[in-house]
Amino acid sequence: MTGPDPAALYRTVRLIRRFEERAIELVDAGEIVGGIHPYLGQEGIAAGVCAALEAGDLVTGTHRGHGHVLAKGADPARMLAELCGRVTGLNRGRGGSMHAADFGVGVLGANAIVGAAGAILTGAVWERRRRGADLVGATFFGDGAVNEGMLLEAFNLAALWRVPVLFVCENNGYATTMPVAGAVAGTIAGRAEAFGMPATAVDGQDPETVREAAAAAVARMRAGGGPELIEAHTYRFDAHHTFEHRVRLDYRPPQEVADGRSRDPVEIAGARLDPAARAEIDASVEAVLAAAVDFALAGPHPDPATALDHLYASGLTARTGGG
Amino acid sequence: MPRLSYRRALTRALADEMTRDESVVVLGEDIRVAAANVTTGLVKKFGPERVRDTPLSEQAFTSFATGAALAGARPVVEFQIPSLLFLVFEQIVNHAHKFPLMTGGQCAVPVTYLVPGSGSRTGWAGQHSDHPYALFAHAGVTTVVPATPADAYGLLVSAIRCDDPVVVFAPAGALELREDVTEPAPVPLGRGVVRRAGDDVTVVAVGHLVHDALAVADELAGQASVEVFDPRTLYPFDWDGLVGSVSRTGRLVVVDDGNRSCGIAGEIIATVVERVRLAAPPRRVTRPDGAVLPFAPALDRAVQPGRDQLTAAIQLTLKDG
Repeated sequence: MTGPDPAALYRTVRLIRRFEERAIELVDAGEIVGGIHPYLGQEGIAAGVCAALEAGDLVTGTHRGHGHVLAKGADPARMLAELCGRVTGLNRGRGGSMHAADFGVGVLGANAIVGAAGAILTGAVWERRRRGADLVGATFFGDGAVNEGMLLEAFNLAALWRVPVLFVCENNGYATTMPVAGAVAGTIAGRAEAFGMPATAVDGQDPETVREAAAAAVARMRAGGGPELIEAHTYRFDAHHTFEHRVRLDYRPPQEVADGRSRDPVEIAGARLDPAARAEIDASVEAVLAAAVDFALAGPHPDPATALDHLYASGLTARTGGG
Repeated sequence: MPRLSYRRALTRALADEMTRDESVVVLGEDIRVAAANVTTGLVKKFGPERVRDTPLSEQAFTSFATGAALAGARPVVEFQIPSLLFLVFEQIVNHAHKFPLMTGGQCAVPVTYLVPGSGSRTGWAGQHSDHPYALFAHAGVTTVVPATPADAYGLLVSAIRCDDPVVVFAPAGALELREDVTEPAPVPLGRGVVRRAGDDVTVVAVGHLVHDALAVADELAGQASVEVFDPRTLYPFDWDGLVGSVSRTGRLVVVDDGNRSCGIAGEIIATVVERVRLAAPPRRVTRPDGAVLPFAPALDRAVQPGRDQLTAAIQLTLKDG
């Protein structure tokens, strides 16, 4: 089991935080088209869970997925290039923010359909283990996803077939604008318990708390204990999507937003470090991101003639749409 | 020569591919006891790990297959009821089909979706009798509809070996067919075949309707020389093969057991008229727009394309020019 490493956890949350902030600047500058779903405030969950995983373990994430991909080890520069739609991006500019994937580090894709990634990860972990690999998986989803039948079916399959998948619910209180209280009957932990899956609720704002819970769950899963669920309570500091920066949506009381922002995972993780060590990490993250922005903006735009490249792995060529 | 039934051809293709390639696994409802009579004997031969009975969780096990494919498997997912494809259309089209492009070529999703008993099974009524191949062709998912036992074997083998998702529609109306097959062999995807040569009109027939078209061609033998073209794969379609046929006959009739609007028959006609100057307006015989198969057998038959309609369409086409 991975032991606590406050510096590494801090570095990850800080990296994700600054990545998101730089990405929002690039949205505002028109370099990232289509906007992003900011992960600001939720960084402790990806950082904590991925710190409990091994390099060979598998992850799937969501439309709010930058943190998951970065925490699992993807290159921030190629990730940012992907958001900017460049051929140097992780997905060669074909996926963008909501589909960032890096199979090389075990990230089998962010998925933009709510609740869809759990069953995919369950199948992937099952197949790798059938081939003898001793690995586990973690799939991230929001509180909105617990009302999707596909995800509940995946709970059942994973529990029934004892596939070691850590189902990580990032409960930030809102499915877009719908509050949890108006959407979830019963409880999120109760969803897991109905399938005989252990469920733990944790403070998602403290990456070390998340890491501890995830490490304990992963250890039980590696020992053959079957899937588990972690419900991490968190708060989304920013908009559901950067589109909200331009429209006024009134769904969160200002006091609630202020309270939520007062528990900042970057500060919670940073307070555990010596200020000089923290400053050194901050400086190194800034350097990484400055280089990432340069790399992303220097990458070539894809050639329109290649728009349907990779559509068919078999090499099939699609008919064109013109005349 | 050994007689091979269509249904056993599917079983044999599964068994042969599972023997050849450890990465082939089969998933589906009641497949352990072979409720659809296609996976017969597989669990005994390959074990329950590779022949997995699933709970009634179509959406999850369809995406589970996608995940398994991302991790190196070649899953075959059996659906006992064709209309279940509506339930998993999202998982096939929005995930399995899109993953390779969206990831910039980081993965392949070689899943085969096998539907043994597509179309009318007489008496199974509105929610068990659809034949939704055109939806998958429209979405760009490789879509095959074998008409004969040899093609059922050969196309299923090729589907399993294909690196893309492939939906294999085995029409209920063809499952009981038998033919002499000495050496079952793979049949390439995307290649049609002329089942009967003729000079006056090309009839394109899909799946079990190939046999109706051949019967009608025989009946009309004194009046007209009918060529029957079996595309075998609806996406990708063998356009060159069909254009070759229609270029010679100059006339086109399509018979297709799908709904009329936006159906595969419409696509076939549109593509041919883009490329060939016809001697007469083309015609199509299909299910009606928005068809729902009624229960009573006479009503069920009335909605499906029939031989009489096909005969009339051919005769009108010949009369028109």
